[in-house]
Amino acid sequence: MTVTSASSVAHTISARRHAGSGALIGYLPVGFPDLATSIDAAVALVENGVDILELGLPYSDPVMDGLVIQEATQVALAAGFRVRDVFTAVEAIRSRVNAPVLVMTYWNPVLQYGLDRFAGSLRDAGGAGLITPDITPDSAAEWIDTSDSFGLDRVFLAAPSSTEERLAGVVEASRGFVYAVSTMGITGARQDVDAAARSLVSRLRDAGAENACVGIGISTGDQVREVLAYADGAIVGSALVRSLAEGGVAGVARTASSLAAGCTLS
Amino acid sequence: MALRDQQGPFFGEYGGRFMPESLIAAIDELTAAYEWAKTDPGFKAELAELHRTYTGRPSIITEVPRFAEHAGGARIILKREDLNHTGSHKINNVLGQALLTRKIGKKRVIAETGAGQHGVATATAAALFGLECTIFMGEVDTQRQALNVARMRLLGAEVVSVTTGSRTLKDAINEAYREWVTSVQTTNYVFGTAAGPHPFPAMVRDFQKIIGEEARQQVLDLTGRLPDAVAACVGGGSNAIGIFHAFLDDPEVKLYGFEAAGDGVDTDRHAASIERGRPGILHGARSYLLQDEDGQTIESHSISAGLDYPGVGPEHAWLSDIGRAEYLPATDTEAMDALRLLSRTEGIIPAIESAHALAGALKLGREMGPDSIILVNLSGRGDKDVATAGTWFDLFDEGAQQA
Repeated sequence: MTVTSASSVAHTISARRHAGSGALIGYLPVGFPDLATSIDAAVALVENGVDILELGLPYSDPVMDGLVIQEATQVALAAGFRVRDVFTAVEAIRSRVNAPVLVMTYWNPVLQYGLDRFAGSLRDAGGAGLITPDITPDSAAEWIDTSDSFGLDRVFLAAPSSTEERLAGVVEASRGFVYAVSTMGITGARQDVDAAARSLVSRLRDAGAENACVGIGISTGDQVREVLAYADGAIVGSALVRSLAEGGVAGVARTASSLAAGCTLS
Repeated sequence: MALRDQQGPFFGEYGGRFMPESLIAAIDELTAAYEWAKTDPGFKAELAELHRTYTGRPSIITEVPRFAEHAGGARIILKREDLNHTGSHKINNVLGQALLTRKIGKKRVIAETGAGQHGVATATAAALFGLECTIFMGEVDTQRQALNVARMRLLGAEVVSVTTGSRTLKDAINEAYREWVTSVQTTNYVFGTAAGPHPFPAMVRDFQKIIGEEARQQVLDLTGRLPDAVAACVGGGSNAIGIFHAFLDDPEVKLYGFEAAGDGVDTDRHAASIERGRPGILHGARSYLLQDEDGQTIESHSISAGLDYPGVGPEHAWLSDIGRAEYLPATDTEAMDALRLLSRTEGIIPAIESAHALAGALKLGREMGPDSIILVNLSGRGDKDVATAGTWFDLFDEGAQQA
């Protein structure tokens, strides 16, 4: 594996871990409710304690997303979201706050934009890499090569149902962190973050993962604290999207702040 | 390698398995069961017995000379998948996948459906095998195929009306994937067409290829030779690959797939994925796809709910690229005219899906002439479409009377 630049994502997670805590990773879709507001909201996340941003690229067929994120991304698409808006957003956010920005995207929009062109635009905008929920390392040879060439992180998902052999493949192929899917399901807030998450993170560590971050179902500061007791990062999406939908930038800032309270030592 | 020997995951540059990690274990499990089934004599015998005593196979062929008078006098022969139990070819695939579900040990099946034919077939197999069953169907389709919704519920299945996206087959598949991610430990996904991630394109084809294997011999027995052309409608493409497959290595037999052209391929209301799409990834496979510049899926349109899908199975994409099969459009109007013509000349009411193949055969016959033999896959019967046809022709006849 050729690593052409140190991962800012890995560095951020490592710094949070050495401080005795872990990273809070916040998801928002680009273009919801409009491009300018989505940029302001992402900036507000960082200003209120989010360590790493995960910007969602709205897509017509988001099979891993629950209703909250589906509805938000449909609003963005209906309002005329274009793939190039993601680079505008990344660049604007990076000029205002100093946090690594990953883009979460289904695969077809990247393919149609052109893999090299997408990677180049993302790097030039200051983006850190991609989270790819609907491809696995065994179907991502081109992306693995391209991300090496462009020095971008590539975050693959690991599931409770993954075999040891597949977990090893995910750990080997990922850079930045491994996204540990907390439960067998799609995105959306849940009352209890599955016990399966703890077991999965432990299996990922056995497979050699340096950074394992848990996502899906996390919506409160208490859940963030609970997850950071065993994982390197906690990923929150639907709860933030809902706050933005209901309370605007001020609302999502308050939610980020309360989630970030889960990162402080108790 | 013979064209018939393609096993996936890739057909040329098409196919693959582009899926969330959460579903890979289940897909691997299904793949293993399918590999076992391919070589297990017990599996083959049980499926054959079900087809003989339950599906009603072999399905017959019917020559339709009065219909053929409108096709330049060519001989037209129908493969009567409409006479199968549940009224379409879908049962061929579903019984195979139900046996695999039992092998894997899961107690629940889910499926997507467009026109409701695959949903009805899956609900039927679930009843037969004592499985729980949930069917996902777009809200637009539950309205235009209300009869099939009632049939599925009568058979004991739960029908979920999907209200996201375009509210048609594409979104029913999205919702079925979401449900499968959530319930994968107990649930098998019975995919209805020869698309989606490996192993579905090859597996569904293998369960459907009995159509062409029977028909090839039946046409030989009837006419003493192979047909000059084989015609089938193409949505995802399972009935088409089912009838094409036995003929793939008979170069003298031309293969024609008819895609739903809706209002016309030059309008923005059609479902002609090969004719007007370009390669992309949707629902786990790389194939031709109706999409915009950004790779966002474009909503398809067809009067036929079963063909109203913006993608197509990867083996068809490959057969098109290598020139072995040709994919042509048939509009709503052409299909409905063919539906009425077959009904009135032969006393057979076809499904609107299959009527696209009939519309294509009418054109092929005029081009190929009276010495030609055209085999058409009559993939389903039209009982479910009587309401749609009634509305369509009431308007049409009113106009005609005023003229």
